[in-house]
Amino acid sequence: MAAVSDIKIDDKVDITDVVCPVTFVKTKVALEEMDDGQVLSVHMNDGEPVQNVPRSVKEEGHQILKLIDNEDGTYDLLVRKVGED
Amino acid sequence: MPFTNEQLERYSRHIILKEIGVKGQKKIMNGSVLIIGAGGLGAPAALYLAAAGVGKIGIADADVVDLSNLQRQVIHTTADIGRPKVESAAETMRAINPDVEVETYHEFITSDNIMDIIRDYDFVLDGTDNFSAKFLINDACVMADKPFSHAGILRFKGQLMTVIPHESPCYRCVFKTMPPKDAIPTCRQAGVIGAMAGVIGSLQALEAVKFLTGSGDLLTGKLLTFDALTMKFHTINLPPRGEGCAVCSDHPEITELIDYEQPVCEFKPGQN
Repeated sequence: MAAVSDIKIDDKVDITDVVCPVTFVKTKVALEEMDDGQVLSVHMNDGEPVQNVPRSVKEEGHQILKLIDNEDGTYDLLVRKVGED
Repeated sequence: MPFTNEQLERYSRHIILKEIGVKGQKKIMNGSVLIIGAGGLGAPAALYLAAAGVGKIGIADADVVDLSNLQRQVIHTTADIGRPKVESAAETMRAINPDVEVETYHEFITSDNIMDIIRDYDFVLDGTDNFSAKFLINDACVMADKPFSHAGILRFKGQLMTVIPHESPCYRCVFKTMPPKDAIPTCRQAGVIGAMAGVIGSLQALEAVKFLTGSGDLLTGKLLTFDALTMKFHTINLPPRGEGCAVCSDHPEITELIDYEQPVCEFKPGQN
C-alpha cells in the first residue's frame, strides 16, 4: 500500500459531528459530487463509524485506500471513487 | 442545490439506498405528482409522497371529510369532519414535511378542467372511487401523454396498473368502456377493508417514486391484483397496447374527453 504522502487527496469530509446513518450519508454525498478516480478523505470518530462506514463504502463499489489512526480517537479513511454510471 | 444537514438526516434512508442515492433523492425533490382523490387510496399515497419529499404534490377532491371516511382515509382526523378533504390532506402533508409544496384543487375533476390541472405534473395518481373518473383520467392522461397509476379497491380486493401512454397498455385497452350502471357496487354499497386502501395506495406511491427516480421496473403492461382474504398477489400480463383501443391506438375513435354520468350515490347534493 502506498504511503499516505503519496496519495493525493481531492476532497475532505468531516463526519465526526453526526451519527449513523448520517455518517455514511454524508460520505456518500461527498463521493457522488466527485469524479471517478478522485480520492476522498473521511474524518471520523472511533467506534461505530470506523466499523460501519468503510464497509458501506466498499459495498457501494468504491476502493478503500487506507485507514489512518490519528491516535486522538479519530480516523481518516481514504477512499478512491469508483463511478457507478 | 446541496442538501442541508436536516435534509440529509430526513432522507438518509433513501440516500443510503443504492437505487436512489443522492441523485434519486434530488429527482424526487424536483418531481411533481398529482393525486386525484383524497380518499382511501389518495390518503396513504399523499402521506408517503410528502414524507419522501416530492417537490410538488397536487391533491384534487371536491368532497368534505365525513365520519364514514375515517375507517380508511388515514390522512384525515376526527377533528377534520366537515372540512374540505384537500384542506385537511394538505395540512397533514405540510406538517409531515414542510419542504413539500402542496397545491389543492377543491373541485370535481371534469373534462373541462382536467387537462389544465394534469399539465403541471410529472406523474398522476388515480385515487378515485368511480368509473367515470377513472375513464376520464385515463383518456386525459393518454391525450396529454402523462404517465399515471390506476388503482381500485373493493371489499377485500385491490388492483393496480401503471400506464405510460402510447408505450404501455392503458386502462381502456383493458376495460373498454364503463360497466353497466349498478353492475359494480361502490365502496359505499359493498364495503371495503380499511387497510386495503393502505396497501394499494402505498403501492401507487411506490410507483410514483420509482417513476421519478427511474429505479426498477414499473408496473406497465401488467395488472396487479391483491386478495386480502387469501393473501395472494397476482400479476396478469396484458396484451400489447393500442391495437383496437378507442383512445390510445394510433387511430383513436375517442379524441375528446367524455364526462360519463356520475353514479347517483356518489353525489351529495349541496356539497362541492
